[in-house]
This record gives sequence, C-alpha cells and structure tokens, in this order.
Amino acid sequence: MPSHLVTLILFSALVSTVFALLLRDTTRERVRFGAFAFAAFVVSTLVIGWLTNPFPQ
Amino acid sequence: MLHDDAATAPRDSSRTVAAGLLAWVWPGLGHLYLRRRGKALILMGAILALFVLGVAMDSRLQLHLGLEDPLALLFSAAQMGIGAPYFLARALGFEAGVVTSVSYEYGNTFTAVGGLLNILVILDALDIARGYKR
Repeated sequence: MPSHLVTLILFSALVSTVFALLLRDTTRERVRFGAFAFAAFVVSTLVIGWLTNPFPQ
Repeated sequence: MLHDDAATAPRDSSRTVAAGLLAWVWPGLGHLYLRRRGKALILMGAILALFVLGVAMDSRLQLHLGLEDPLALLFSAAQMGIGAPYFLARALGFEAGVVTSVSYEYGNTFTAVGGLLNILVILDALDIARGYKR
C-alpha cells in the first residue's frame, strides 16, 4: 500500500459504500449518506491524528 | 379489502434460511438469491475488496476458538463473518500473516471489518427475505 492516506481513503470509501447501501433506500439518499460518511471518516481521522501528534509513541 | 403483503404473506422460512446462509457463505450471494442484483454486486465488490486488500496487507487469519484469549476469539469471529473467502484464504496459505510487515495492523483491520460488515449484510438479507425491508 503506497501510503497511510491512500489506505485511509480506500477503507473509508469501501465502508461508506456498504453503510450507504444498508442504511438508505433510494439512490439519491445513498449517494448523499455515502459521501457524508466518507467525509466523516477521512476528516475525523485526520483531526484525531493531528490532535494526538504531540503525544509520545 | 387491502392487504399488506409483508404482514399477510405466509413466512417462507426456507427462503429466509437460504438467504441467510448464502449471505454468509459469500458476500452478496444472499441478496443475489433475493433478486437484489445491483445491491448484491456492489456489496460483494466492496466487502471482498476490503478482505482481499487486508490479506494483501499481510493480515493474520489464524483461527482462535478457545476462551484463553477472548480478544483473539472475537477477532477470529469477526474475520469468519465473511464466510468462504476467509477459509479459502487460509487454505491458500495466508493463515499466518506477516507480523513484521508495516501494513500488518492495517490488514487485520481490513479483514475484521470486512467480516463484521458481512454480518450486517446477512441481517439485511434476512430482513428482506422476511418482508421487513424492500
């Protein structure tokens, strides 16, 4: 896998797709929910990563 | 007199059991059996992609059934949720994983989440077979 970011994006896209299909019924709702879930995964991971950066490993 | 199909139709339990079992054996197969072709193919693609990427990232696929390590048992149960691909990958020699690999933990996450998502897909197939969902 080329990078952590690509791994995060792949994971978020695949999981969001499954959630959108299972939790919404129409195509329009699925696209909106999938996009929201994807953005939430990526943004929250980046924010948590940034916030925890000062802590020692 | 109007009838609600879902409420009045006789429950075909064999159809429900078949949908549930097929959904576990191979991701998306339960939905394919229930004639939800589009949904089935997307679910199959997404979940298998998660699992295959996880195996490619050197995930461990060892089977833990004892209670001496409850977390390992839960991890195995999560991975087994994906059904045949898990056992196929083990049979093909991907059981041990590569613990020294940089992507080992990512791989474990991908394979376990793939299995857990397939459990949600199984429940969705059961709901459709029972008439609770379209």
